[in-house]
Amino acid sequence: MILIESKGYMLNQIHYYKDLLLVLTGKDIKVRYKSSYLGYLWSLANPLFLALIFYFVFKVVTKVKMENYTLFLISGLFIWQWINNAIMMGTNLYISNASLIKKVNFPRNFLVIASTLSEGFNFLVSIPVIIFFMLYYGEYPALNWLFLIPIILVPTFLFVYSLSLFVATVNLFFRDMERIIGLLLTFVFYLTPIIYPLKMIPDKYQQLIFINPFAPLVITWQNLFLHSTLEIKYFMISILYAIIAFSVATYTYTKLKYKFAELV
Amino acid sequence: MIRVKFENITKYYTLFNPGGIKNFLLHFTKHVKNIKKDKFLALDNISFEIKDKDVIGIIGKNGAGKSTTLGLIAGVLKPNKGKVVINGRIAPLLELGAGFHPDLSGRENIILNGILLGMSKKEILSKIDSIIEFSELDEFIDQPIRIYSSGMMSRLGFSVAVHVDPEILLIDEVLSVGDFKFQEKSKNKIYEFKEKGKTIIFVSHDIGMIKELCTKVILIDNHKLLYQGDVDKGVEIYEKL
Repeated sequence: MILIESKGYMLNQIHYYKDLLLVLTGKDIKVRYKSSYLGYLWSLANPLFLALIFYFVFKVVTKVKMENYTLFLISGLFIWQWINNAIMMGTNLYISNASLIKKVNFPRNFLVIASTLSEGFNFLVSIPVIIFFMLYYGEYPALNWLFLIPIILVPTFLFVYSLSLFVATVNLFFRDMERIIGLLLTFVFYLTPIIYPLKMIPDKYQQLIFINPFAPLVITWQNLFLHSTLEIKYFMISILYAIIAFSVATYTYTKLKYKFAELV
Repeated sequence: MIRVKFENITKYYTLFNPGGIKNFLLHFTKHVKNIKKDKFLALDNISFEIKDKDVIGIIGKNGAGKSTTLGLIAGVLKPNKGKVVINGRIAPLLELGAGFHPDLSGRENIILNGILLGMSKKEILSKIDSIIEFSELDEFIDQPIRIYSSGMMSRLGFSVAVHVDPEILLIDEVLSVGDFKFQEKSKNKIYEFKEKGKTIIFVSHDIGMIKELCTKVILIDNHKLLYQGDVDKGVEIYEKL
């Protein structure tokens, strides 16, 4: 639809998209850390506080036998926080940027990429906290983390980005999506082995865990943090779910993006 | 060189308002029927060409389709029928400071806004002094813009937008930005663009300004193209409507 005649146009575009991505992501991170000096602590507070609650319920009150429970909780809660926050942020993303969507033509999915990346940044800076707890319990991170983390980040980013993009797009058509998504995420949180280990699920339900697209990803991260291993089975299923989510989200977004300006 | 070309453009808006997913699912068949039925015609088979050095005034009554036309040129809307061809970089002076973040400083917002308007970071950094100077916000530029007055914010937005160095400038009633002095300055800037031979597309109800600035008008009435060409004649027809 838009025709621009110039040499090196593609190369310029790639440079431009890189700039756009860096500035938008940088903005999201900066805003979070600027509005309060305790920005970093705030992003840790939520999962740590949840960990404290579940520790109290399962270890102190009901006294369920689970090894290394604190570490297990933390390893799942931080990655869950990335998934949960990015998707919740996605629901309102386009509506809160209405004036921009209405008047300026820029690739709209970059807003979602930026919010997913900035939440991912929070996850990365929370890894030292996980390591701190490991050291406290006398365990050490392995050297293979250095290449396993980037590898697992790829399907994680793809999956979270796709879901955010999908809810951001659909929320323009159905404004009450936000509440439904909040409800669904709480539901999925308890269906994913985050506060209880996979082993505790009865055998006959074990296979059902694969139906939950969030579970393989969370389990992959837990295995990395707890055992410094990459479980190929769960990792491959995570990739599969990421690709499915990406295809559906990209299709929906591409079909509907020119309607955005009419709807916000 | 043809900068903007509309070929038989027809644009509908779908009045899709299910009132949430709950209502949509409860009255599913009704809503699906309505999607096809509830259409609102905004532009009906419009064709025109805008060339280099053209300063076009788009005039028409409220709701005639002027903003839709601008939206199609800016590329935020897509026509249902016909083809839009755009040749060159567009600077939309439509909503100044769209995307500004209140917690970031003026300087940071210049970069953010400039990127969204299509400049590269390098380009913005090379122009940032000139942008700040034009906005006359020197002493506040490193303050968060939530302390800015609305006039100051528009001045900053205007300064960024005119530094995009566009081939095509879209203006939607934003020349009344800031105080009297800044209004004069922004008008002068627009004339500067005109002298440089840029294409300017100007939507306004200010007929005086249209007569003063534009070399041609496009008159849209009732979603159709009623007249295009000479400014005085176009305005005459418009005023008789």
